[in-house]
Amino acid sequence: MLTSIKDECAIAGIGMTEISKNSGRSELQLAAECVKAAIEDAGLKPTDIDGMTGFTLDHTDEIEVARTVGIPELRLFSRMPHGGGAPMSLVHQAVMAIATGMCKAVVGYRAMNGRSEARYSAGVGGGAETPDQIQWSWYMPYGFVTPTCWVAMHTQRYMYEYGATDEGLAEIAVTQRTYACNNPRALFYGRPITVDDYYNSPWIVEPFRLYDCCLETDGGAAFVATSTERAKDLPHPPAVIRGVAQGAAHDQEVMTSFYRENITYLPEYDLVADQCYAQSGLGPDDIDAAIIYDAFTSIILFQLESFRFCKRGEAHEFVKGGTLGPDGRLPCNTNGGQLSEGYVHGINGLAEGVRLIRGTSLNQTKKSDHVLVTSGASMPTSAAILGKLN
Amino acid sequence: MSKLPKEELEKKLATFVGLQIGPPQEPLEPVNESMIFHWCEALGDNNSIYTDSEAAKKSVHKGIVAPPAMLQVWSMRGLEMYRGTGGARDKQGELHALLTENGYSGVVATNCEQGYTRYLRPGDRISAQTVIESISEEKATALGIGYFINTRTTFRDHNGEDVGWMTFRVLKFKSEAKPQAAPADGAGAPAAPKRMRPVLGHDNKWWWDRINEDKLPIQRCKQCGTLRHPTRPMCWKCQSLEWDYVVASGKGIVYSFVVIHHPPFPGFEYPLIAAVIELEEGTRIVSNLVGIDPKDVKIGMPVKASIENVDETLKLPLFRPSS
Repeated sequence: MLTSIKDECAIAGIGMTEISKNSGRSELQLAAECVKAAIEDAGLKPTDIDGMTGFTLDHTDEIEVARTVGIPELRLFSRMPHGGGAPMSLVHQAVMAIATGMCKAVVGYRAMNGRSEARYSAGVGGGAETPDQIQWSWYMPYGFVTPTCWVAMHTQRYMYEYGATDEGLAEIAVTQRTYACNNPRALFYGRPITVDDYYNSPWIVEPFRLYDCCLETDGGAAFVATSTERAKDLPHPPAVIRGVAQGAAHDQEVMTSFYRENITYLPEYDLVADQCYAQSGLGPDDIDAAIIYDAFTSIILFQLESFRFCKRGEAHEFVKGGTLGPDGRLPCNTNGGQLSEGYVHGINGLAEGVRLIRGTSLNQTKKSDHVLVTSGASMPTSAAILGKLN
Repeated sequence: MSKLPKEELEKKLATFVGLQIGPPQEPLEPVNESMIFHWCEALGDNNSIYTDSEAAKKSVHKGIVAPPAMLQVWSMRGLEMYRGTGGARDKQGELHALLTENGYSGVVATNCEQGYTRYLRPGDRISAQTVIESISEEKATALGIGYFINTRTTFRDHNGEDVGWMTFRVLKFKSEAKPQAAPADGAGAPAAPKRMRPVLGHDNKWWWDRINEDKLPIQRCKQCGTLRHPTRPMCWKCQSLEWDYVVASGKGIVYSFVVIHHPPFPGFEYPLIAAVIELEEGTRIVSNLVGIDPKDVKIGMPVKASIENVDETLKLPLFRPSS
């Protein structure tokens, strides 16, 4: 019996559409385009794919995407819940299916007209009487309905308990924009911002300003995972999956876990970090670069602490002085992240993680033996550690 | 005419950028006291330097001056502009027509800024020269998708000297069919937008029913006594399905809070404060803080629940500062 998934599977292909404010085409087409691109990047054909996994938030059915792309048979089809918490859950699904021999090659994808159609900033509300609508009902009548509001609530308490200022947040926003300026895929390619621009940007939900918030964009991104053995024979250097995990922790709600004794950290990230490090035999000192989910600047702080790059309550200091920049201890979100490249729900981040391992990032780091890739904050979440072929 | 593909349209749009819309707009009349008086009367501006020649003589201006905000008035066309009978189309007209023909038929002015170099006096003849300064990429707005057109107008006197400027932005948009508004309560008047209602089901309706009776309930496990909020059908501690509730004192502290500015939702006033309140019974609840300036909110401050009607039919437990 298989006892460890370490190094069993690898990401062999990545594919993306352009990122835009208005794709001008259906989400199904975006999904089909990025899936096709990922399969081609892996040097495979649609007929080689036998598993497919997506987001419950996708409006396109995975079997509809399979049919559109010409993938004839699926032995795995699944959709992962919890929005931004899902991206590395897709990798988790793929690894479990491939490592156990259930599947040979699995595609994961996310495709969304997140700007020109349904926007997350439009908030939750209304609709049928379902458990999630009952949950949102504790917040809707108070106008507390957007992800910005929910994450800001954790952030305010964090700043209060640890005496954190917004200086670290400003540095994160500016650093990621600087990366994006070098990345033609990024919506903010060639458009730098300064710390002053950060402070002059309007309040969205205090303590968040505009530049604390990710973009809303249209786009699709996909990956192909297969066994490491097989990936060795495919065109690109494999991004080997050293560890991958999901986590939901006590008293977990989706976005509104305000009823825990301490809301200045997110225990689901601890759970995911512990599993990833245990599976891989690695620790924070082994991680050379990271793609840390960044729907908002502050959630990078929570994750740096849970993944033990610094102590609890110290991330707001740790990020100052260029730590996440190209010459820092932990180059982070080298594509510009979701703050400045685009928001494809973290799958665009996974693609950048794979590029760092391959050595093809437009902001390639000096060392990239191990890259951490994480998923969204304030909900059940997931993460993976990618590495080079041994 | 048939609509252009987006790329071609945007290429055509780009040819307008930097163009003067036409020759300078010359004044119909010089700056004059009658128009100044009418304008001030209409706007309720009683500043004596505009309206009282005796008082104005004693001021630093040594006579009547025009309110700076009238800058554009002196070169505007009257009924001719309103009726659209101004003769040959200028470049701005051509630009608007191009967008209209391509489906961007809506138009709305969104921003205007003016700068003033000197006060204008009766007798000044003011002409206006307008340049199409920039056209945005296609933007998605609440009205529909469209293009923002920015113009810049320079105003000069009869000696050719700059006396001021104005930037003006309009949105030319594809108007989208909007869902019909909720039926009006009053005769003919549109209903005021209301806050989103809670969706009621087995597990939460009883709680909102108590709110409507002016009680703030906290669910309690009948077996082990553990309090829980938000409401759930089973006790997380002992798995009992038996529960009742206690009525909270309403006293609590601000555990965390946010000040919401954007995006605005109908039925709310902004900035809007949302907070996690820790009740003295130990459970937490999310609500709005009212009766306090956002700047004065502090984590840890004492607050008290107040069950209030936010509109005719919705009662909510809100929280107000308490000593």
